[in-house]
Amino acid sequence: MAVDIKIVEEAREPRSMDPKKFGLWLFMATVVMLFGAWTSAYIVKRGDMGWSEIILPDMFWVNTVIILTSSVPMIWAVRAAKQDKAEQLKIALGVTTILGIAFVVGQFLAFSQMIDFHEHFTGGAVSHSFVYVLSGAHGLHLISGVVVLFIVLRATLQGRVHKGNMNTLEMCATYWHFLGVLWLYLFVFLLLNK
Amino acid sequence: MATTDIHLHQDVHHHDDGHDHDHEHHGGNFWTTYIFSEDHKIIGKQFLITGIFWALLGGTLSVIFRLQLGFPDMNLDWLKPVLGGWITPEGKLDPEFYLALVTMHGTIMVFFVLTAGLSGTFSNFLIPLQIGARDMASGFMNMLSYWFFFASSVIMFVSLFLETGPAGGGWTVYPPLSALPQAIKGSGLGMTLWLVAMALFIVSSLLGSINYISTVINMRTRGMSFTRLPLTIWAFFFTAIIGILSFPVLFAAALLLIFDRSFGTSFYLSDIYIGGEALAHDGGSPVLFQHLFWFLGHPEVYIVLLPALGLSSEIIATNSRKPIFGYKAMIGSMLFIAILSFIVWAHHMFVTGMNPFLGSIFMLLTLIIAVPSAVKIFNYVTTLWKGNIIFTPGMLFSIGLVSFFLTGGITGIFLGNSAIDIQLHDTYFVVAHFHLVMGSASFFGMLAGIYHWFPKMFGRMMNERLGHIHFWITFVGVYMVFFPMHYIGIAGFPRRYYSWTNFETFSGFTDLNMLVSVAAVLTLAAQFIFLFNFFYSIWRGRLAPANPWNSNTLEWTTPRNPGHGNWPGEIPAVYRWPYDYSKPGAKDDFIPQTIPYSETPESNLPHETELIKLESTSGDDIIIQGGKLEGNH
Repeated sequence: MAVDIKIVEEAREPRSMDPKKFGLWLFMATVVMLFGAWTSAYIVKRGDMGWSEIILPDMFWVNTVIILTSSVPMIWAVRAAKQDKAEQLKIALGVTTILGIAFVVGQFLAFSQMIDFHEHFTGGAVSHSFVYVLSGAHGLHLISGVVVLFIVLRATLQGRVHKGNMNTLEMCATYWHFLGVLWLYLFVFLLLNK
Repeated sequence: MATTDIHLHQDVHHHDDGHDHDHEHHGGNFWTTYIFSEDHKIIGKQFLITGIFWALLGGTLSVIFRLQLGFPDMNLDWLKPVLGGWITPEGKLDPEFYLALVTMHGTIMVFFVLTAGLSGTFSNFLIPLQIGARDMASGFMNMLSYWFFFASSVIMFVSLFLETGPAGGGWTVYPPLSALPQAIKGSGLGMTLWLVAMALFIVSSLLGSINYISTVINMRTRGMSFTRLPLTIWAFFFTAIIGILSFPVLFAAALLLIFDRSFGTSFYLSDIYIGGEALAHDGGSPVLFQHLFWFLGHPEVYIVLLPALGLSSEIIATNSRKPIFGYKAMIGSMLFIAILSFIVWAHHMFVTGMNPFLGSIFMLLTLIIAVPSAVKIFNYVTTLWKGNIIFTPGMLFSIGLVSFFLTGGITGIFLGNSAIDIQLHDTYFVVAHFHLVMGSASFFGMLAGIYHWFPKMFGRMMNERLGHIHFWITFVGVYMVFFPMHYIGIAGFPRRYYSWTNFETFSGFTDLNMLVSVAAVLTLAAQFIFLFNFFYSIWRGRLAPANPWNSNTLEWTTPRNPGHGNWPGEIPAVYRWPYDYSKPGAKDDFIPQTIPYSETPESNLPHETELIKLESTSGDDIIIQGGKLEGNH
């Protein structure tokens, strides 16, 4: 059978990135909108009459330091994985996880400090309820981050995270840094708009 | 005949990396194939069937309250077997149940039918097929999206059977009515279930949207640049972006409402006295809820409308046998509408006592929406202009959409004016406006989409004659229902009232209200023609040809019943935009996207011939791709 030879212009490959990583960024956009809604509601409410000022617990300062510090071993972990240093990777991830748990515990301590100031979630001023909603919702996201860390840690211990398989670790790192920045935003926001 | 492609470029990418060719679920049983499926086509159909169920229920609810409004003296005892205690001993509809009916009709139609049923069906079904992808970015997330929607549906459905009835505070669930369980029956458990169901719904919607955007951006086939995307995909893309930015805000609002209802906070509540006793809630603001709600609520209008506009763009171009007029203007106007949708929310709140200066700003922004909307209508009409129009049912419904979009859009210009809105606010004029522009237009877009893509979904054709009958009854019926409402609204009839006959002011217009109710019953009855046609055709319809509408887009290059993975061989590459209909010089009146310019020298425009030269000289080597059968070329 005769073979037809056709000359066809080349169809260009469209530019693309990993769809799952892209999905993570979109998820983070939804989280931004969620907290954006609450903080704008906060500002609107603060403009109303009868706003009672908040005393922020000192533990928030400690926790801010913890969560920002925890990003350092996370960066270290990604570097170690890129260089296939499995031991360093495990230690770095472990440190991040511990700092993450410390942050969650610290937030609970902060809540009890607030209760000592008679700042309650319910029955009191709206401003106090807002602090609980903002930090509580962030806390829930942070717990989800710790769960992700545990999953990646398990994958690392099984040797599934290395130079050739960075996706999970990189996504975990992105999310973790995002949670840190999100808390920094909330904390600075509360400091400026007491 | 075997043909060999010579590609004048270096590497030939196979787009199915990570997929095996034989990954159809050969071993899949009933459960993995049809129930917990990760295949986008099955998930799309699941959304469609669930959406049809909800549409039928939502429509039935509306007919029940239309009976009350049109025939206030009617004895409704015959509904007792279905509604039981909701029919009072005198044979009348319980007034609180009336509120629940209105609330559920709104919630069901806006969210469960026109958001999940429309976006869920067509974004899932069409995105991978039209951009040339094997499936969505994450099949698992896509499956979760449906099952969250299903769980949400179950909870919302269960709430209909509560003794205290489903939520009754209106689909906008404004506090304090929705925040105080003791306010009315419908603020009790029904409201709690409403909030839980909506929270699940938002999760479902976000999972879906993330998938749609990620898929459109990252999984297009070779040659499918953004300017070669069908307008359907552009519409789904913008819809998903709007959803991602607005649904979290509703979630935030709903969560605060839950705290107010069940935990005792006072975000939205202040200075409320029940039976002379002040409630403990203090310092909240109900207007805050309205701000948060409408920040979602207004974009939601476009979440409902844009997919319908996208579907009809594609159908109108195909069945006019003409390129869509102003392809880039269509994209631009959708983008502009999407942006504006976020900065007009306060036009729903002109009567909340806002600063009149702020009102003027929101009025100005609102009226600007008329510009991109008019561009779209103009482009639809100019696409139809001098086309070889083929009146398929899908085409008729698309033209119906354009009609409703225009009629309902014009009253939007009235309502957008803050001064007129004070007179018309919460009257039947508003009801007429949004039922035409967003309700009926989107509903017609959805029906058009079903008629047009049914052959691809089920491999069979729907009956055309029944489709025509369905169209004409529904089209005339919708106008008979909603057009008189403009007069009733201008006369000042408020919405959500159980009965007008008790007020001297509203004793007129009973004949008009009767007409509306009769038309509503007829319109609902006509939908059973569609239901019969739909289900009958799934099993007994005429077998569909591969490309029944002679369409250009990629989905018609798949087999009649595409398996998991959509294309049995390699995914076809794309060489041109999707609207080469009736191109001068071409031998057919359509040129599918998969045909290279080099094969159509007779119809190429000068710049397209340039394109071939450019792309042919840019390659370093000539690669002969052997051993591959290309059926189409």
